[in-house]
Amino acid sequence: MAARIWALIIKEFLALLKHKASRVVLIGPPFIQLLVFGYAATFDVNQIPYAVFNEDSGSVARTMLGYFEGSPTFHQTALISHESQIAPLLDTQQVLLVLHVAPRFSRDILGHQSGQLQVILDGRNSNTAAIALNDVSALINQFNQDWMRQPGWSISPAIPEIRAWYNPNLISRWFIVPGIVALLTLVVTLLVTGLSVAREREMGTLDQLLVSPLRPLEILMGKALPGFFIGLLEAGLISLLVVVWFHVPFTGSLPALVLGVVLFLWAAIGIGLMISSLASTQQQGLLGVFLFLVPAVILSGFSTPIANMPEPVQWLTFLNPMRYFLVIVRGVFLEGDGVSLLWPQYWPLALLALASMSTAHWRFRTHMG
Amino acid sequence: MDTASSAALELVACSKRFQRAGQPVWALKAVTVHVARGRVTGLLGPDGAGKTTLMRLAASLLHPDQGEVRVLGLNSRTQGAQIHQQIGYMPQRFGLYEELTVQENLDLYAALQGLDRTQQRLRQEELLTLTALGPFGARRAGQLSGGMKQKLGLACALLRAPALLLLDEPTVGVDPISRRELWHIILGLRQQGLSVLVSTAYLDEAERCDDLLLLHEGRLLTQAPHPVMTAPLQGCCFRVTHPEQSRRALQAQLRQRMGVLDATIQADGVRVVCQEPRALTQPPEQWTLVAPRFEDAFVARLTQAQRSASTSSVHPAPSAPVSNPLAPQPAFSPEVVIEVQALVRRFGAFEAVKGISFTVLRGQIFGLLGANGAGKTTTFHMLCGLLSPTSGTLRVAGEPLGRAAAQVRQHLGYVSQKFSLYGHLSVQQNLAFFSSLYGLRGPQKKARMRWALEEFELAPFAQANSQDLPLGYKQRLALACALMHEPLILFLDEPTSGVDPLARREFWNRINQLADAGVTVMITTHFMEEAEYCDQLVLMSLGEILAQGTPHSVRALAARPDQEHLSMEEAFITLIQQHESPLRRAS
Amino acid sequence: MIVTPRLRALVRKEFLQILRDPSALAIAFVLPVFLLFLFGYGVSLDAHHLPVAVVVEQPTQETNEFVAGLSQSTYFQPQVYTQLAAARKALMQHQVQGILWLRSDFTRALWQQRSAPLGILVNGVDANTARLLQGYLQGVWQTWIQQQALRTGQVLRLPVTLQNRIWFNPALRSRNYLVPGLIAVIMTLIGALLTALVVAREWERGTMEALMATPASLLELLLGKLIPYFLLGMGGMALSVLMALVLFAVPLQGSLVLLMLASALFLLVALGMGLLISTVARNQFVAGQIAIIVTFLPAFILSGFIFDIGSMPEPIQILTHLVAARYFVTLLQCLFLAGNVPAVLLTNAGALLLMALLFFGLTWRHSRKRLD
Repeated sequence: MAARIWALIIKEFLALLKHKASRVVLIGPPFIQLLVFGYAATFDVNQIPYAVFNEDSGSVARTMLGYFEGSPTFHQTALISHESQIAPLLDTQQVLLVLHVAPRFSRDILGHQSGQLQVILDGRNSNTAAIALNDVSALINQFNQDWMRQPGWSISPAIPEIRAWYNPNLISRWFIVPGIVALLTLVVTLLVTGLSVAREREMGTLDQLLVSPLRPLEILMGKALPGFFIGLLEAGLISLLVVVWFHVPFTGSLPALVLGVVLFLWAAIGIGLMISSLASTQQQGLLGVFLFLVPAVILSGFSTPIANMPEPVQWLTFLNPMRYFLVIVRGVFLEGDGVSLLWPQYWPLALLALASMSTAHWRFRTHMG
Repeated sequence: MDTASSAALELVACSKRFQRAGQPVWALKAVTVHVARGRVTGLLGPDGAGKTTLMRLAASLLHPDQGEVRVLGLNSRTQGAQIHQQIGYMPQRFGLYEELTVQENLDLYAALQGLDRTQQRLRQEELLTLTALGPFGARRAGQLSGGMKQKLGLACALLRAPALLLLDEPTVGVDPISRRELWHIILGLRQQGLSVLVSTAYLDEAERCDDLLLLHEGRLLTQAPHPVMTAPLQGCCFRVTHPEQSRRALQAQLRQRMGVLDATIQADGVRVVCQEPRALTQPPEQWTLVAPRFEDAFVARLTQAQRSASTSSVHPAPSAPVSNPLAPQPAFSPEVVIEVQALVRRFGAFEAVKGISFTVLRGQIFGLLGANGAGKTTTFHMLCGLLSPTSGTLRVAGEPLGRAAAQVRQHLGYVSQKFSLYGHLSVQQNLAFFSSLYGLRGPQKKARMRWALEEFELAPFAQANSQDLPLGYKQRLALACALMHEPLILFLDEPTSGVDPLARREFWNRINQLADAGVTVMITTHFMEEAEYCDQLVLMSLGEILAQGTPHSVRALAARPDQEHLSMEEAFITLIQQHESPLRRAS
Repeated sequence: MIVTPRLRALVRKEFLQILRDPSALAIAFVLPVFLLFLFGYGVSLDAHHLPVAVVVEQPTQETNEFVAGLSQSTYFQPQVYTQLAAARKALMQHQVQGILWLRSDFTRALWQQRSAPLGILVNGVDANTARLLQGYLQGVWQTWIQQQALRTGQVLRLPVTLQNRIWFNPALRSRNYLVPGLIAVIMTLIGALLTALVVAREWERGTMEALMATPASLLELLLGKLIPYFLLGMGGMALSVLMALVLFAVPLQGSLVLLMLASALFLLVALGMGLLISTVARNQFVAGQIAIIVTFLPAFILSGFIFDIGSMPEPIQILTHLVAARYFVTLLQCLFLAGNVPAVLLTNAGALLLMALLFFGLTWRHSRKRLD
C-alpha cells in the first residue's frame, strides 16, 4: 500500500514540476501577491493632503498650524483665501480636508477664550476620513496641552495614557502580511488539489488508475500528500519572507505555528478534494475553487474584522478554516502565543479537516467504484 | 479573376511550419498539388500527415510559409475575402452551435453567406431533403447523433452552392451506415458540377474518389486516380486459405515469408500482397488471385517509403514472440475468464445496456462491436470495473468485480481510448509509474522496464515526454504500460483509432502473440476489418446483442444466399439496419 | 453603425445561445448578486459594539458615571473588571479589544494635568480597528470630562475646540463608499469572464473556424460578440446599481444618466479586455484562469476600492494607473456620494476611453481572419 501511494506521489510531483504552466502557478502568483499585498494593502494613512483657509493673521493660528506642518501624517498642498475655493478642492479629491481658522481665532485664545478650528472633511472614504479626524484631534490635543501650560488657563483635565499591545506603532502591514501566509497557502493548496482529479478525468488517466488495484483511499492520499508537502513548503517559505523581508516580528512558538499549518492544510486539502470529486471537468473545478475561495477570503477576517459583519454572516464564518488559521498566524507572529492559548482554534480546524476528508473519501468511493 | 484556370485548387511548393514544444515541426514540406474542377478528390493519409493543414491552407485560414496557394484561380494570401465568398468549408468536428436548432443553424449560416430570404428558403428545403434532416428542424444540434451532425454541417457548408467544397474528415467518428449516407450525398454533388476536396483516414473511402492525394509525414507521396494507384499491384494480391491452420497462425507465417509485403486477416482467409505478381504457394495452402484495393497500394507504398528512409528498423518488425512467462504451454483448458449474465445498466430512465449475456474463454481475442450509442462503451466500462452494473452478474477471472476486488484488478491491463498517459512525464517515468502501481519493485521492475523499452522499440524515446511522441509510439507506450504487470486479461478500448495502417498491423501482430501466450484480450473497435482478427464477436445495437459468435458465423448470419464473400462491414450494416429499421420507423 | 444582415444574424445567434445555455446568464446576473451580497455584508470597516474591558480599581460616583456614559455609546460593549490582571487576560484571549483602566486615584487626579488616572490599552494587531478604537475612546473621554466640568461648575476652557463638517458621507458609513467600489470590482470580473469564456468556447468547439471560412468580416465577427454581451453586462450593471440603492441604501447624489454612461464606458473596457484574453488564449480553461488572475485581484487591491491609493508606496501608485477599475471606482464613488463633478468625471472617463481604445486596438491587431 505504502509503495503504491509513494508511486502516486512521485508521479504527481513530476507532473506538477515538469509542466511549465503549473510550475508558474505554484511559484509566480504567490510571490507577486505577497509583494503586492504586502505593499499595497494598507489601511495606514500618511501624507494626508490638506488645505489651509486662514482668516486670522494672529500668531496663535500660525503656531497651531505649525503643528500640522511638522507632522509626518499631514501634507499641506494648498493655501486658500476664499470660502468658494473649498468645494472644488474637496470635490476633485485634491485635498482630504480643509482647516478653516476663523478671523477671531488668535484674539480669542490670547484672551483665554476658546478659539474655533473648523475641519471640513471629505467623508467619501469613511475609513480614511475617520482616521484623519483622529489624527487632527490628536494634534489639537497636543497643542492644547502645550498651550495650557501658559498662565491664565485655570484648570486642565488629565490626559489618558494610551498604549497598544503587540503592535505599538499600529502598522497595518503587521496585520495584513501574516495573513498572507494563510491566504496563499489556501490558494495554492486548493489549486493543486481542486483541479487534480478533474485533470486526470479529462486526460483519461483516472480510468487507468481506477482499473488498477488502487483503493479509493490510496488515490485520495496520492492526491492529498503532494498538496500537503507543497503547502507546507510554501507556508514555510512565505513565513520566512514575512520575517526577513517585511520585518514582522515573530514572537510566538514555532511548534504552535507548525501545528496550525498542518491542521489548516488538511482542512484545505479536504475541501479541495471535495471540489475535485464533484467536478467532472477542470473548468468546473476551477469554478468550484473560485466560488469557495472568494467567500472564504472575504469572510475570514483577512482584511476586515469578522466582528463588523452582521450576525448571520458571522455564524457562517465558523465553517471557514481560514478564520481559525488567521487567528493562529497572527497570534503566533504578533501576540507571542503558544500551543496552549490556541486550542480554541485548533479543534475546529481538526474537525473541519476530518469532515471534509471523509466527505471526499465517501464521494470517491460511491461515485467512482 | 482567372476563370480560364481549370484548377479548383493549386498548391505550388507549399511548406507550413508550426512550433511544438519550442521546436519547429514541418506540417507540410514542399507540397505541390493540382485539384481539378468538377471532381471528387480524396486526401488520404494517417493522423499527423498534414491533411488538416492542407485543408486550412485551401480555405485561406492559414498562409503557407513558403510557396503559393491558388484557390479557384485566386491567391490565398491576397484574395482571402473573395475566396471565402466562393468556397464551402466544413472543419473537422464541424462547429455547429449545439444550443441552436437545426433550422437556426441553417438560418445563421445562410445569413452569413449572404443569401436573401427566398433563396434561403428554397435552398434550405432542398438541403433538408437531401440530408433527410427535414423532420428534425426543431431539434437542437447538440441532440443529434454523430452522423446527423455531420450531415447538418455539410448542409451548412453547401447553403450558397459553393464552387469548391472542402470537407475535413467528414466521416470520422461516424458509424458505417451514416458514412454510407454521407458519401451518397457527396457523390451526388459531383453530378451538379461541384469540385470537392475531402480528407479521410478511412482507406476504403478512397475507392469512391475520382482522384487521390496521398500524404505522409507532410509530404505528398503520390497523386493519381484510384485505378492508377492500384495498377502496379495487379496480380500481386491473393486470398490464402489453409485447411488446418487457424487464420491467425497462417497470417503470422505469411508475414514472415520472403517476398510478402503485407498479410492481413480477411473473411475466412488471409489477404496477401506480394512484391512480385506471383503466388508463393506452400501446400496445402490455397492461393486465389483477388483485385487490389487501395489499402494494399497504400501499405505497399508506405512500406517502401519507410524502408528507403531507414535501413536499420524495418517495418513491420518481425519481432520475437512476446515473452510471457504465464503461458509456456501452447494449449489451454477452455477456462472461462469473463462471464456476463443478464447484465443491465440504466442511466436514470435510459437503459443503455438491456440484459446481455456472453462468456469469454482464456486466450481468446473477444471483440465488442456496435454503432455509436449501441452501449458497447458502457458494457466495456462495466467489464473493467469503471461502472457498476444496475443488475445482472459479472465475473472476471472467476471473481465478481466489485469495489473490493483490488486483487482481481491486479490481473487486468487496460488501454483506454486516446491512449491516456501522463503527457508531461517521460516514457521512462510512465513505465516506472505503472509498474509501481501494480506492485513491481527492485530488479523485477528494472527487468520489465528494460523489456518494455526493447520490445516496443521505445528506447530512443525513453527520456522524451509522452505527449510529444508520434501517435503510433503513444499507442505502443500505452500498451507497454498496460503489460508491465503481465496481466491475464487485457482490455483495449478502440486502440487503433487514428493510427496509420502500418502501426495498426504491428499492433495486431503483438495482440495475436499475446493471445497465443494465453492472455485474454477484450477489444472494442470501429474498424470493421479489424473485427476479423477476433476469435469471438459480439455485435451490439441499442443496448442489445444482435449477433454473437465467430466472425465467420456473424457474416453468415447477414449473408443472403447469393452473397459469397460478404465483408464484415457489409454484414454489420445489414444486421443493424434489419434490427433498427422498425424502431427508426416508429420514432 | 453598420448593421448588416450578417451582423444581425450573429447577434441573434448569440442571444439564442445565451438563452439556451444559462451559464452566460448566470455569470451576468447571478454572480454579481452573489458577490455584491457577499462583499456588501462581509466587508465592513464600521466597528460597532466593540467589547472593551473597564477596570475600575476603586468605584466612586465619577467612575460609575463614566462607565454609564460608555455603555450608552453604540461603539462599545463595556465589561467591568476590578483587577487589571483579569482584564489583561481577557485581552490576550481576544475576549476584549481594549482596556480602559480607571486607576484608584481616578477621581482625585481628574483635574491634575500631569497625572494619568486613565490608561487606554488596545490590542494593536488589527491596526485599523485599534486606531478607530483609540479615537472613539478618546472622544468618549473628552465629552465626558467636559460634561463633568460643566456639572461641577468648573470652567473648562480649551484653547482650541474642533468643529467637524464631514461632507458627502456625514455618518461615515463605510458601506456608502465600499458598495459603489464593489460594483466596479465585480463588473471587471464579469465583463472579462463573459467575453473570455464565450469567445474561447467558439475556438474550442471549432465554430470559430467555420465562421472564419464564411464571407463574414472580422468587424462583423467582433461586433457580433460584443453587442450581445454588452447588453447583458449592462443588465448586470443595472441590477447591481439597483441593489446598491435599495438594499444597501447608498445615496445617489449624481445623475443616473451619467452613471449609466460611465458604466457603459467601463463595460467596454472590461469586454475589450476579455476579448483580448480570449483571442490570445483560445481555450476556455486558460482564458478563465487568466481572466480571474488579471482582473480580480488587481481590481480588488489596486483600484482604491478599499485600500487608499494615496497611502501606497510610489511605484505601486504608478502601477494602479494600469488598472481600469481604478478609474471606475473613482467615477462611481464620485457619482454616488459627491455628485456630478465635471473635473473628476472627465479625467476618469477620458482614461477609460483610452483604455477601451487600447484593448480594441490590440484585439483588432491580434485577430485576423486566419488561424495562425
